[in-house]
Amino acid sequence: MAEVNWHTFFFLVAALAACGFAIAVVISGNIVRMAFYLVMSLGAVSGLFFLAGADLIGALQLMIYVGGTLVLLVFGVMLTSGGPFARMKTPRWQWALSIVLAGWLLAILLKTATSVDDWGSASVSRSHVPPEAAPTARAIGLALVGVRVDRLAQQNQDTQAGMAGYLLPFEIVSVHLVVVLVGAAYLARTKRRKQPAQFPQKSSTQSL
Amino acid sequence: MAEWLKGYLDPPWLAYLAAALLQCAVLLAVVMTAVAAFNWMERKIAGRLQDRLGPTRVGGRFGWLQSVADGIKLLTKEDIIPAGADAMLFRLAPYLSFCTAFCVFVAIPFTDKWVALRLNAAVFFILAVAGLEVFGVILGGYSSGSKWSLLGAMREAAQVVSYEVPMALCVVVVVTVAGTMDLVAIGKMQSGWFWDWLVFHDPFTFLTFWIYSTCAVASVNRAPFDLPEAESELVAGFMTEYSGFRWSVFFMAEYGSMLAVSILAAILFFGGWNGPIPLAGLLGLTPQHGPVAGFLGELLGAINTLGKGILGVGVMMWLRWTLPRLRIDQVMTVCLKYCIPLAAAMFVGAALWTYAFPGGLILPARAAPTEPAFPLAAAAHNAGEQ
Repeated sequence: MAEVNWHTFFFLVAALAACGFAIAVVISGNIVRMAFYLVMSLGAVSGLFFLAGADLIGALQLMIYVGGTLVLLVFGVMLTSGGPFARMKTPRWQWALSIVLAGWLLAILLKTATSVDDWGSASVSRSHVPPEAAPTARAIGLALVGVRVDRLAQQNQDTQAGMAGYLLPFEIVSVHLVVVLVGAAYLARTKRRKQPAQFPQKSSTQSL
Repeated sequence: MAEWLKGYLDPPWLAYLAAALLQCAVLLAVVMTAVAAFNWMERKIAGRLQDRLGPTRVGGRFGWLQSVADGIKLLTKEDIIPAGADAMLFRLAPYLSFCTAFCVFVAIPFTDKWVALRLNAAVFFILAVAGLEVFGVILGGYSSGSKWSLLGAMREAAQVVSYEVPMALCVVVVVTVAGTMDLVAIGKMQSGWFWDWLVFHDPFTFLTFWIYSTCAVASVNRAPFDLPEAESELVAGFMTEYSGFRWSVFFMAEYGSMLAVSILAAILFFGGWNGPIPLAGLLGLTPQHGPVAGFLGELLGAINTLGKGILGVGVMMWLRWTLPRLRIDQVMTVCLKYCIPLAAAMFVGAALWTYAFPGGLILPARAAPTEPAFPLAAAAHNAGEQ
Protein backbone atom coordinates (compact mmCIF):
# COMPACT_ATOMS: atom_id res chain seq x y z
CA MET A 1 0.00 0.00 0.00
CA ALA A 2 1.08 3.52 -0.57
CA GLU A 3 2.74 5.58 2.11
CA VAL A 4 0.30 7.29 4.44
CA ASN A 5 1.48 10.58 5.82
CA TRP A 6 -0.24 10.73 9.20
CA HIS A 7 0.50 14.39 9.59
CA THR A 8 -1.39 15.19 6.41
CA PHE A 9 -4.14 12.77 7.36
CA PHE A 10 -4.76 14.37 10.73
CA PHE A 11 -4.44 17.82 9.24
CA LEU A 12 -7.21 16.96 6.80
CA VAL A 13 -9.36 15.44 9.52
CA ALA A 14 -9.00 18.45 11.80
CA ALA A 15 -9.39 20.97 8.98
CA LEU A 16 -12.50 19.25 7.61
CA ALA A 17 -13.98 19.06 11.11
CA ALA A 18 -13.27 22.74 11.72
CA CYS A 19 -14.83 23.81 8.41
CA GLY A 20 -17.73 21.37 8.54
CA PHE A 21 -18.78 22.31 12.04
CA ALA A 22 -18.33 25.99 11.22
CA ILE A 23 -20.82 25.60 8.37
CA ALA A 24 -23.11 23.67 10.71
CA VAL A 25 -23.03 26.63 13.13
CA VAL A 26 -24.32 28.87 10.36
CA ILE A 27 -26.99 26.50 9.07
CA SER A 28 -28.39 25.31 12.40
CA GLY A 29 -31.21 27.28 13.95
CA ASN A 30 -31.09 25.83 17.45
CA ILE A 31 -28.89 28.01 19.62
CA VAL A 32 -27.56 25.32 21.92
CA ARG A 33 -26.76 23.07 18.97
CA MET A 34 -24.94 26.00 17.42
CA ALA A 35 -22.91 26.31 20.62
CA PHE A 36 -22.10 22.62 20.41
CA TYR A 37 -20.99 22.90 16.78
CA LEU A 38 -18.90 25.92 17.69
CA VAL A 39 -17.20 23.88 20.42
CA MET A 40 -16.37 21.17 17.92
CA SER A 41 -15.12 23.66 15.35
CA LEU A 42 -12.90 25.52 17.82
CA GLY A 43 -11.70 22.23 19.25
CA ALA A 44 -10.67 21.12 15.77
CA VAL A 45 -8.74 24.38 15.38
CA SER A 46 -6.90 23.62 18.61
CA GLY A 47 -6.17 20.20 17.13
CA LEU A 48 -4.51 22.00 14.21
CA PHE A 49 -2.37 23.94 16.68
CA PHE A 50 -1.32 20.73 18.40
CA LEU A 51 -0.52 19.25 15.02
CA ALA A 52 1.73 22.21 14.28
CA GLY A 53 3.57 21.57 17.54
CA ALA A 54 2.24 24.69 19.27
CA ASP A 55 1.15 22.97 22.49
CA LEU A 56 0.71 26.15 24.48
CA ILE A 57 -1.37 27.86 21.81
CA GLY A 58 -3.49 24.74 21.40
CA ALA A 59 -4.13 24.55 25.13
CA LEU A 60 -4.86 28.30 25.18
CA GLN A 61 -7.38 27.81 22.40
CA LEU A 62 -9.08 25.09 24.43
CA MET A 63 -9.00 27.07 27.64
CA ILE A 64 -10.07 30.48 26.36
CA TYR A 65 -12.25 29.87 23.32
CA VAL A 66 -13.67 26.41 23.81
CA GLY A 67 -13.91 26.46 27.59
CA GLY A 68 -14.51 29.98 28.74
CA THR A 69 -16.43 31.54 25.89
CA LEU A 70 -18.76 28.64 25.31
CA VAL A 71 -19.58 28.04 28.92
CA LEU A 72 -20.48 31.72 29.08
CA LEU A 73 -22.47 31.41 25.85
CA VAL A 74 -24.45 28.47 27.14
CA PHE A 75 -24.98 30.36 30.37
CA GLY A 76 -26.29 33.33 28.45
CA VAL A 77 -28.64 31.18 26.38
CA MET A 78 -29.90 29.25 29.36
CA LEU A 79 -30.43 32.35 31.49
CA THR A 80 -32.02 34.56 28.85
CA SER A 81 -34.07 32.39 26.50
CA GLY A 82 -37.82 32.57 26.97
CA GLY A 83 -38.71 28.96 26.36
CA PRO A 84 -37.04 25.60 26.02
CA PHE A 85 -34.80 24.97 22.98
CA ALA A 86 -34.67 28.56 21.75
CA ARG A 87 -34.44 28.89 17.98
CA MET A 88 -33.04 31.68 15.89
CA LYS A 89 -34.69 32.78 12.69
CA THR A 90 -32.48 34.57 10.25
CA PRO A 91 -34.18 36.86 7.70
CA ARG A 92 -33.24 36.40 4.08
CA TRP A 93 -31.55 39.77 3.70
CA GLN A 94 -29.22 38.88 6.58
CA TRP A 95 -28.32 35.64 4.81
CA ALA A 96 -27.51 37.58 1.66
CA LEU A 97 -25.50 40.19 3.51
CA SER A 98 -23.50 37.61 5.43
CA ILE A 99 -22.80 35.58 2.30
CA VAL A 100 -21.46 38.69 0.58
CA LEU A 101 -19.30 39.66 3.55
CA ALA A 102 -18.00 36.13 4.14
CA GLY A 103 -17.30 35.62 0.46
CA TRP A 104 -15.38 38.86 0.34
CA LEU A 105 -13.27 37.82 3.35
CA LEU A 106 -12.69 34.38 1.82
CA ALA A 107 -11.55 35.97 -1.43
CA ILE A 108 -9.08 38.18 0.42
CA LEU A 109 -7.73 35.24 2.42
CA LEU A 110 -7.37 33.05 -0.66
CA LYS A 111 -5.61 35.82 -2.55
CA THR A 112 -3.22 36.39 0.37
CA ALA A 113 -2.56 32.71 0.90
CA THR A 114 -1.76 32.02 -2.73
CA SER A 115 0.41 35.11 -3.05
CA VAL A 116 2.99 33.84 -0.56
CA ASP A 117 5.54 31.94 -2.60
CA ASP A 118 6.87 29.79 0.25
CA TRP A 119 3.47 28.32 0.98
CA GLY A 120 3.00 26.78 -2.43
CA SER A 121 5.39 23.93 -1.94
CA ALA A 122 7.79 22.65 0.66
CA SER A 123 10.50 25.11 -0.28
CA VAL A 124 12.48 24.60 2.92
CA SER A 125 14.00 21.17 2.95
CA ARG A 126 13.96 19.23 6.18
CA SER A 127 17.68 19.58 6.77
CA HIS A 128 17.37 23.35 7.04
CA VAL A 129 15.06 23.24 10.02
CA PRO A 130 17.13 23.50 13.19
CA PRO A 131 16.41 20.49 15.41
CA GLU A 132 16.50 22.64 18.54
CA ALA A 133 13.40 24.55 17.48
CA ALA A 134 11.53 22.50 20.05
CA PRO A 135 7.94 23.57 20.63
CA THR A 136 8.26 25.08 24.06
CA ALA A 137 6.56 28.07 25.54
CA ARG A 138 9.82 29.42 26.87
CA ALA A 139 10.41 31.56 23.78
CA ILE A 140 7.14 33.41 24.37
CA GLY A 141 7.99 34.05 28.00
CA LEU A 142 11.49 35.23 27.15
CA ALA A 143 10.13 37.51 24.44
CA LEU A 144 7.86 39.16 27.00
CA VAL A 145 10.81 40.01 29.23
CA GLY A 146 12.87 41.27 26.33
CA VAL A 147 14.88 38.42 24.79
CA ARG A 148 13.84 37.23 21.37
CA VAL A 149 15.50 33.85 21.06
CA ASP A 150 14.93 33.83 17.33
CA ARG A 151 16.75 37.11 16.85
CA LEU A 152 19.86 36.50 18.94
CA ALA A 153 21.99 36.09 15.85
CA GLN A 154 21.25 39.63 14.76
CA GLN A 155 23.97 42.15 15.43
CA ASN A 156 21.73 45.17 15.92
CA GLN A 157 20.90 45.40 19.60
CA ASP A 158 17.62 47.21 19.03
CA THR A 159 16.08 44.67 16.69
CA GLN A 160 17.50 41.87 18.81
CA ALA A 161 15.43 43.02 21.76
CA GLY A 162 12.35 43.02 19.60
CA MET A 163 9.13 44.36 21.05
CA ALA A 164 10.26 43.91 24.63
CA GLY A 165 8.82 45.55 27.67
CA TYR A 166 5.26 44.33 27.22
CA LEU A 167 5.18 42.30 30.42
CA LEU A 168 4.09 45.10 32.73
CA PRO A 169 1.40 46.51 30.41
CA PHE A 170 0.18 42.96 29.85
CA GLU A 171 -0.11 42.33 33.58
CA ILE A 172 -1.80 45.68 34.15
CA VAL A 173 -4.36 44.97 31.44
CA SER A 174 -5.12 41.51 32.81
CA VAL A 175 -5.53 42.77 36.37
CA HIS A 176 -7.68 45.58 35.00
CA LEU A 177 -9.90 43.01 33.30
CA VAL A 178 -10.30 41.09 36.54
CA VAL A 179 -11.29 44.29 38.35
CA VAL A 180 -13.81 45.08 35.60
CA LEU A 181 -15.30 41.60 35.87
CA VAL A 182 -15.64 41.81 39.64
CA GLY A 183 -17.20 45.25 39.25
CA ALA A 184 -19.66 43.98 36.66
CA ALA A 185 -20.65 41.11 38.91
CA TYR A 186 -21.14 43.55 41.78
CA LEU A 187 -23.28 45.89 39.69
CA ALA A 188 -25.34 43.09 38.17
CA ARG A 189 -26.29 41.33 41.38
CA THR A 190 -29.59 42.02 43.04
CA LYS A 191 -29.55 44.59 45.78
CA ARG A 192 -29.69 43.07 49.20
CA ARG A 193 -32.86 43.91 51.06
CA LYS A 194 -32.44 46.00 54.17
CA GLN A 195 -34.14 43.48 56.42
CA PRO A 196 -33.70 39.87 55.38
CA ALA A 197 -36.80 37.74 55.86
CA GLN A 198 -36.86 36.06 59.23
CA PHE A 199 -37.56 32.42 58.61
CA PRO A 200 -38.95 31.08 61.86
CA GLN A 201 -41.29 33.95 62.57
CA LYS A 202 -41.51 33.84 66.29
CA SER A 203 -44.38 36.28 66.78
CA SER A 204 -46.76 34.30 64.58
CA THR A 205 -45.92 30.99 66.21
CA GLN A 206 -46.39 32.50 69.64
CA SER A 207 -49.77 33.90 68.71
CA LEU A 208 -50.87 30.44 67.66
CA MET B 1 7.90 2.77 20.06
CA ALA B 2 7.01 3.45 16.45
CA GLU B 3 10.70 3.11 15.57
CA TRP B 4 10.83 -0.28 17.26
CA LEU B 5 7.63 -1.47 15.58
CA LYS B 6 8.99 -0.46 12.19
CA GLY B 7 11.26 -3.48 12.34
CA TYR B 8 8.26 -5.80 12.54
CA LEU B 9 5.54 -4.13 10.50
CA ASP B 10 6.26 -3.62 6.89
CA PRO B 11 4.88 -0.26 5.82
CA PRO B 12 6.04 2.41 8.27
CA TRP B 13 2.61 4.04 8.39
CA LEU B 14 1.20 0.82 9.81
CA ALA B 15 3.86 0.88 12.53
CA TYR B 16 2.88 4.42 13.52
CA LEU B 17 -0.79 3.43 13.54
CA ALA B 18 -0.07 0.37 15.67
CA ALA B 19 2.02 2.41 18.11
CA ALA B 20 -0.71 5.03 18.47
CA LEU B 21 -3.49 2.47 18.90
CA LEU B 22 -1.43 0.49 21.40
CA GLN B 23 -0.87 3.56 23.56
CA CYS B 24 -4.56 4.45 23.40
CA ALA B 25 -5.49 0.89 24.32
CA VAL B 26 -3.12 0.80 27.29
CA LEU B 27 -4.41 4.12 28.62
CA LEU B 28 -8.03 3.09 28.14
CA ALA B 29 -7.42 -0.28 29.78
CA VAL B 30 -5.78 1.31 32.82
CA VAL B 31 -8.50 3.90 33.28
CA MET B 32 -11.43 1.57 32.62
CA THR B 33 -10.06 -1.01 35.04
CA ALA B 34 -9.62 1.75 37.57
CA VAL B 35 -13.25 2.83 37.03
CA ALA B 36 -14.50 -0.70 37.64
CA ALA B 37 -12.32 -0.99 40.71
CA PHE B 38 -13.51 2.37 42.04
CA ASN B 39 -17.11 1.23 41.69
CA TRP B 40 -16.33 -1.69 43.96
CA MET B 41 -14.20 0.46 46.28
CA GLU B 42 -16.98 3.02 46.64
CA ARG B 43 -19.42 0.36 47.82
CA LYS B 44 -16.93 -1.19 50.18
CA ILE B 45 -15.89 2.13 51.69
CA ALA B 46 -19.51 3.20 52.01
CA GLY B 47 -20.27 -0.10 53.67
CA ARG B 48 -17.47 0.31 56.19
CA LEU B 49 -18.10 3.96 56.96
CA GLN B 50 -21.87 3.94 57.18
CA ASP B 51 -22.32 0.50 58.67
CA ARG B 52 -24.01 -0.75 55.53
CA LEU B 53 -23.46 -4.25 54.33
CA GLY B 54 -21.87 -3.44 50.99
CA PRO B 55 -21.44 -6.20 48.44
CA THR B 56 -21.05 -9.44 50.31
CA ARG B 57 -23.11 -12.08 48.55
CA VAL B 58 -22.30 -11.38 44.93
CA GLY B 59 -19.94 -14.00 43.67
CA GLY B 60 -16.28 -13.91 44.29
CA ARG B 61 -14.16 -13.01 47.25
CA PHE B 62 -14.95 -9.61 48.81
CA GLY B 63 -17.73 -9.20 46.27
CA TRP B 64 -15.45 -8.17 43.45
CA LEU B 65 -17.97 -9.49 40.92
CA GLN B 66 -20.32 -6.68 41.93
CA SER B 67 -18.72 -4.38 39.32
CA VAL B 68 -19.25 -6.99 36.63
CA ALA B 69 -22.85 -7.46 37.69
CA ASP B 70 -23.31 -3.67 37.61
CA GLY B 71 -21.87 -3.53 34.12
CA ILE B 72 -24.21 -6.22 32.82
CA LYS B 73 -27.17 -4.55 34.50
CA LEU B 74 -26.35 -1.18 32.92
CA LEU B 75 -25.88 -2.66 29.47
CA THR B 76 -29.17 -4.49 29.54
CA LYS B 77 -31.25 -1.58 30.86
CA GLU B 78 -33.63 0.09 28.49
CA ASP B 79 -32.21 3.16 26.80
CA ILE B 80 -34.73 5.94 27.23
CA ILE B 81 -34.77 9.31 25.49
CA PRO B 82 -37.45 11.62 26.88
CA ALA B 83 -40.04 12.88 24.41
CA GLY B 84 -39.28 16.51 25.23
CA ALA B 85 -35.54 16.12 24.83
CA ASP B 86 -33.26 17.40 22.11
CA ALA B 87 -32.39 13.88 21.01
CA MET B 88 -29.13 14.63 19.22
CA LEU B 89 -27.56 16.62 22.03
CA PHE B 90 -29.01 14.20 24.58
CA ARG B 91 -27.18 11.34 22.88
CA LEU B 92 -23.92 13.23 22.39
CA ALA B 93 -23.56 14.80 25.83
CA PRO B 94 -22.28 11.74 27.75
CA TYR B 95 -19.65 11.03 25.12
CA LEU B 96 -18.44 14.62 25.23
CA SER B 97 -17.93 14.34 28.99
CA PHE B 98 -16.28 10.97 28.62
CA CYS B 99 -13.89 12.06 25.87
CA THR B 100 -12.69 15.13 27.72
CA ALA B 101 -12.27 13.19 30.96
CA PHE B 102 -10.15 10.61 29.18
CA CYS B 103 -8.20 13.06 26.99
CA VAL B 104 -6.55 14.30 30.16
CA PHE B 105 -4.69 11.02 30.54
CA VAL B 106 -2.88 11.61 27.26
CA ALA B 107 -0.69 14.22 28.92
CA ILE B 108 -0.34 12.60 32.35
CA PRO B 109 3.02 10.91 32.89
CA PHE B 110 2.94 7.68 34.86
CA THR B 111 6.72 7.65 35.05
CA ASP B 112 9.33 9.90 33.51
CA LYS B 113 9.35 7.73 30.37
CA TRP B 114 5.83 6.31 30.37
CA VAL B 115 3.89 9.23 29.08
CA ALA B 116 1.74 9.07 25.96
CA LEU B 117 2.41 12.65 24.92
CA ARG B 118 5.04 14.73 26.65
CA LEU B 119 3.77 18.26 26.33
CA ASN B 120 5.80 21.28 27.23
CA ALA B 121 2.71 22.86 28.79
CA ALA B 122 1.22 19.63 30.15
CA VAL B 123 -0.22 21.21 33.30
CA PHE B 124 -1.99 23.86 31.29
CA PHE B 125 -3.29 21.32 28.79
CA ILE B 126 -4.72 19.19 31.59
CA LEU B 127 -6.46 22.15 33.21
CA ALA B 128 -7.86 23.26 29.86
CA VAL B 129 -9.21 19.85 28.88
CA ALA B 130 -10.51 18.99 32.34
CA GLY B 131 -12.47 22.23 32.30
CA LEU B 132 -14.33 21.08 29.19
CA GLU B 133 -15.98 18.19 30.96
CA VAL B 134 -18.55 20.64 32.26
CA PHE B 135 -19.79 21.22 28.74
CA GLY B 136 -21.03 17.67 28.37
CA VAL B 137 -22.83 17.94 31.67
CA ILE B 138 -24.44 21.26 30.74
CA LEU B 139 -25.54 19.88 27.39
CA GLY B 140 -26.92 16.75 29.03
CA GLY B 141 -28.83 18.77 31.58
CA TYR B 142 -30.16 21.25 29.06
CA SER B 143 -31.14 18.78 26.35
CA SER B 144 -33.00 16.49 28.75
CA GLY B 145 -35.92 18.90 28.77
CA SER B 146 -36.41 18.40 32.49
CA LYS B 147 -36.34 20.91 35.30
CA TRP B 148 -34.27 18.72 37.60
CA SER B 149 -31.68 18.25 34.91
CA LEU B 150 -31.54 21.93 34.04
CA LEU B 151 -31.11 22.92 37.68
CA GLY B 152 -28.37 20.35 38.10
CA ALA B 153 -26.62 21.59 34.98
CA MET B 154 -26.82 25.22 36.11
CA ARG B 155 -25.32 24.29 39.45
CA GLU B 156 -22.61 22.29 37.76
CA ALA B 157 -21.74 25.19 35.47
CA ALA B 158 -21.59 27.72 38.31
CA GLN B 159 -19.63 25.42 40.57
CA VAL B 160 -17.09 24.01 38.16
CA VAL B 161 -16.38 27.31 36.42
CA SER B 162 -15.83 28.98 39.79
CA TYR B 163 -13.66 26.26 41.25
CA GLU B 164 -11.41 26.19 38.22
CA VAL B 165 -10.00 29.55 39.30
CA PRO B 166 -8.58 28.58 42.71
CA MET B 167 -7.54 25.20 41.35
CA ALA B 168 -5.53 26.82 38.57
CA LEU B 169 -4.01 29.23 41.10
CA CYS B 170 -2.92 26.28 43.25
CA VAL B 171 -1.32 24.64 40.25
CA VAL B 172 0.40 27.93 39.41
CA VAL B 173 2.01 27.88 42.86
CA VAL B 174 3.67 24.56 42.05
CA VAL B 175 4.61 25.79 38.59
CA THR B 176 6.23 28.86 40.16
CA VAL B 177 8.25 26.74 42.56
CA ALA B 178 9.20 24.19 39.91
CA GLY B 179 9.85 26.72 37.18
CA THR B 180 8.27 24.58 34.49
CA MET B 181 4.87 23.46 33.23
CA ASP B 182 6.24 20.14 32.05
CA LEU B 183 4.86 17.42 34.34
CA VAL B 184 7.77 15.11 33.60
CA ALA B 185 10.24 17.79 34.69
CA ILE B 186 8.15 18.54 37.80
CA GLY B 187 8.21 14.84 38.66
CA LYS B 188 11.95 14.54 38.06
CA MET B 189 12.57 17.51 40.35
CA GLN B 190 11.18 15.55 43.28
CA SER B 191 13.29 12.43 42.83
CA GLY B 192 14.73 10.97 46.01
CA TRP B 193 13.17 10.64 49.42
CA PHE B 194 9.83 11.97 50.54
CA TRP B 195 11.34 15.19 51.88
CA ASP B 196 12.16 16.04 48.28
CA TRP B 197 8.45 16.18 47.47
CA LEU B 198 7.13 19.60 46.60
CA VAL B 199 4.47 19.40 49.31
CA PHE B 200 7.33 19.63 51.84
CA HIS B 201 9.22 22.23 49.82
CA ASP B 202 7.98 25.18 51.84
CA PRO B 203 4.99 26.02 54.06
CA PHE B 204 3.16 27.63 51.15
CA THR B 205 3.18 24.56 48.94
CA PHE B 206 2.09 22.50 51.95
CA LEU B 207 -0.94 24.72 52.49
CA THR B 208 -1.56 24.93 48.76
CA PHE B 209 -2.03 21.18 48.67
CA TRP B 210 -5.00 21.40 51.04
CA ILE B 211 -6.62 24.14 48.98
CA TYR B 212 -5.96 22.13 45.82
CA SER B 213 -7.59 19.04 47.29
CA THR B 214 -10.67 21.03 48.32
CA CYS B 215 -10.99 22.50 44.83
CA ALA B 216 -10.30 19.16 43.17
CA VAL B 217 -13.12 17.50 45.09
CA ALA B 218 -15.42 20.35 44.14
CA SER B 219 -14.41 20.38 40.50
CA VAL B 220 -15.23 16.69 40.04
CA ASN B 221 -18.57 17.11 41.85
CA ARG B 222 -17.94 14.77 44.70
CA ALA B 223 -19.65 15.14 48.04
CA PRO B 224 -19.71 17.40 49.99
CA PHE B 225 -19.82 19.38 46.74
CA ASP B 226 -22.10 17.07 44.73
CA LEU B 227 -24.75 19.73 44.21
CA PRO B 228 -25.26 18.97 40.48
CA GLU B 229 -26.51 15.50 41.41
CA ALA B 230 -27.92 16.08 44.89
CA GLU B 231 -30.11 12.97 45.07
CA SER B 232 -32.24 14.30 47.89
CA GLU B 233 -33.24 17.53 46.14
CA LEU B 234 -32.82 17.08 42.39
CA VAL B 235 -33.52 13.33 41.96
CA ALA B 236 -30.19 12.83 40.16
CA GLY B 237 -29.47 16.30 38.85
CA PHE B 238 -28.24 16.42 35.28
CA MET B 239 -28.40 12.62 35.04
CA THR B 240 -32.08 12.35 35.97
CA GLU B 241 -33.27 11.45 32.48
CA TYR B 242 -30.37 9.18 31.61
CA SER B 243 -30.59 5.45 31.91
CA GLY B 244 -28.57 2.39 31.14
CA PHE B 245 -25.44 2.77 29.11
CA ARG B 246 -25.52 6.55 28.68
CA TRP B 247 -25.79 6.98 32.41
CA SER B 248 -22.81 4.70 32.91
CA VAL B 249 -20.79 6.80 30.45
CA PHE B 250 -21.34 9.86 32.66
CA PHE B 251 -20.41 7.72 35.61
CA MET B 252 -17.19 6.59 33.97
CA ALA B 253 -16.35 10.20 33.13
CA GLU B 254 -16.79 11.15 36.78
CA TYR B 255 -14.54 8.38 38.03
CA GLY B 256 -12.03 9.04 35.27
CA SER B 257 -11.74 12.69 36.21
CA MET B 258 -11.46 11.76 39.89
CA LEU B 259 -8.47 9.61 39.05
CA ALA B 260 -7.06 12.38 36.85
CA VAL B 261 -7.14 15.08 39.54
CA SER B 262 -5.73 12.63 42.08
CA ILE B 263 -2.82 11.63 39.85
CA LEU B 264 -2.23 15.29 39.06
CA ALA B 265 -2.02 15.98 42.80
CA ALA B 266 0.32 13.02 43.21
CA ILE B 267 2.65 14.36 40.52
CA LEU B 268 2.48 18.02 41.53
CA PHE B 269 2.81 17.57 45.28
CA PHE B 270 3.78 13.99 46.13
CA GLY B 271 6.61 13.20 43.81
CA GLY B 272 4.63 11.18 41.27
CA TRP B 273 6.66 8.09 40.53
CA ASN B 274 9.29 9.00 43.14
CA GLY B 275 8.27 7.06 46.18
CA PRO B 276 8.58 7.98 49.81
CA ILE B 277 11.68 5.79 49.64
CA PRO B 278 13.66 5.69 46.38
CA LEU B 279 13.10 1.96 46.15
CA ALA B 280 13.97 1.58 42.48
CA GLY B 281 17.26 3.38 43.01
CA LEU B 282 18.13 1.40 46.13
CA LEU B 283 17.33 -1.94 44.48
CA GLY B 284 19.36 -1.02 41.44
CA LEU B 285 16.38 -1.00 39.10
CA THR B 286 17.78 1.69 36.84
CA PRO B 287 18.54 1.56 33.14
CA GLN B 288 22.26 1.37 33.98
CA HIS B 289 21.71 -2.20 35.22
CA GLY B 290 20.25 -3.48 31.99
CA PRO B 291 16.95 -3.12 30.16
CA VAL B 292 15.02 -5.55 32.39
CA ALA B 293 15.99 -3.71 35.57
CA GLY B 294 15.15 -0.42 33.87
CA PHE B 295 11.73 -1.74 32.88
CA LEU B 296 11.06 -3.03 36.40
CA GLY B 297 12.04 0.36 37.79
CA GLU B 298 9.64 2.10 35.43
CA LEU B 299 6.90 -0.38 36.36
CA LEU B 300 7.51 0.31 40.03
CA GLY B 301 7.26 4.03 39.30
CA ALA B 302 3.98 3.60 37.41
CA ILE B 303 2.56 1.52 40.27
CA ASN B 304 3.71 4.25 42.64
CA THR B 305 1.96 6.99 40.67
CA LEU B 306 -1.23 4.97 40.26
CA GLY B 307 -1.15 3.93 43.91
CA LYS B 308 -0.98 7.54 45.03
CA GLY B 309 -3.81 8.40 42.65
CA ILE B 310 -5.97 5.56 43.97
CA LEU B 311 -5.19 6.66 47.52
CA GLY B 312 -6.44 10.14 46.57
CA VAL B 313 -9.64 8.67 45.16
CA GLY B 314 -10.04 6.67 48.35
CA VAL B 315 -9.79 9.86 50.39
CA MET B 316 -12.48 11.42 48.18
CA MET B 317 -14.76 8.45 48.88
CA TRP B 318 -14.00 8.68 52.58
CA LEU B 319 -15.03 12.36 52.45
CA ARG B 320 -18.16 11.57 50.49
CA TRP B 321 -19.50 9.10 53.00
CA THR B 322 -18.47 11.20 55.99
CA LEU B 323 -19.54 14.75 55.29
CA PRO B 324 -23.05 16.06 54.63
CA ARG B 325 -23.75 17.99 51.45
CA LEU B 326 -23.30 21.76 51.46
CA ARG B 327 -25.88 24.21 50.20
CA ILE B 328 -25.21 25.87 46.85
CA ASP B 329 -24.58 29.28 48.43
CA GLN B 330 -22.17 27.68 50.88
CA VAL B 331 -20.37 26.00 48.01
CA MET B 332 -19.94 29.32 46.23
CA THR B 333 -18.89 31.04 49.46
CA VAL B 334 -16.19 28.44 50.08
CA CYS B 335 -14.87 29.05 46.59
CA LEU B 336 -15.09 32.81 46.21
CA LYS B 337 -14.49 33.97 49.77
CA TYR B 338 -12.05 31.38 51.03
CA CYS B 339 -10.35 29.33 48.34
CA ILE B 340 -9.53 32.11 45.88
CA PRO B 341 -8.06 34.59 48.41
CA LEU B 342 -6.14 31.80 50.17
CA ALA B 343 -4.79 30.46 46.89
CA ALA B 344 -3.77 33.97 45.82
CA ALA B 345 -2.02 34.51 49.16
CA MET B 346 -0.23 31.17 48.76
CA PHE B 347 0.86 32.22 45.29
CA VAL B 348 2.37 35.48 46.57
CA GLY B 349 3.96 33.63 49.48
CA ALA B 350 5.47 30.93 47.30
CA ALA B 351 6.78 33.54 44.87
CA LEU B 352 8.41 35.49 47.71
CA TRP B 353 9.80 32.26 49.18
CA THR B 354 11.45 31.19 45.97
CA TYR B 355 12.80 34.72 45.62
CA ALA B 356 14.19 34.74 49.17
CA PHE B 357 15.50 31.17 49.25
CA PRO B 358 16.24 30.24 45.66
CA GLY B 359 18.13 27.13 46.73
CA GLY B 360 15.64 26.00 49.34
CA LEU B 361 15.75 26.82 53.06
CA ILE B 362 17.22 23.76 54.78
CA LEU B 363 17.70 21.16 52.13
CA PRO B 364 19.14 22.39 48.89
CA ALA B 365 16.30 21.92 46.42
CA ARG B 366 17.18 20.04 43.33
CA ALA B 367 17.43 22.26 40.33
CA ALA B 368 14.86 21.43 37.72
CA PRO B 369 16.56 19.32 35.07
CA THR B 370 15.97 21.84 32.37
CA GLU B 371 17.49 20.94 29.11
CA PRO B 372 17.96 24.21 27.26
CA ALA B 373 15.16 24.58 24.80
CA PHE B 374 17.25 26.47 22.32
CA PRO B 375 20.84 25.29 22.69
CA LEU B 376 21.89 27.01 19.52
CA ALA B 377 20.26 30.27 20.50
CA ALA B 378 21.68 30.04 24.02
CA ALA B 379 25.14 29.46 22.63
CA ALA B 380 24.75 32.41 20.29
CA HIS B 381 23.61 34.51 23.23
CA ASN B 382 26.63 33.54 25.30
CA ALA B 383 28.94 34.21 22.40
CA GLY B 384 27.37 37.63 21.95
CA GLU B 385 27.92 38.48 25.61
CA GLN B 386 31.55 37.48 25.50
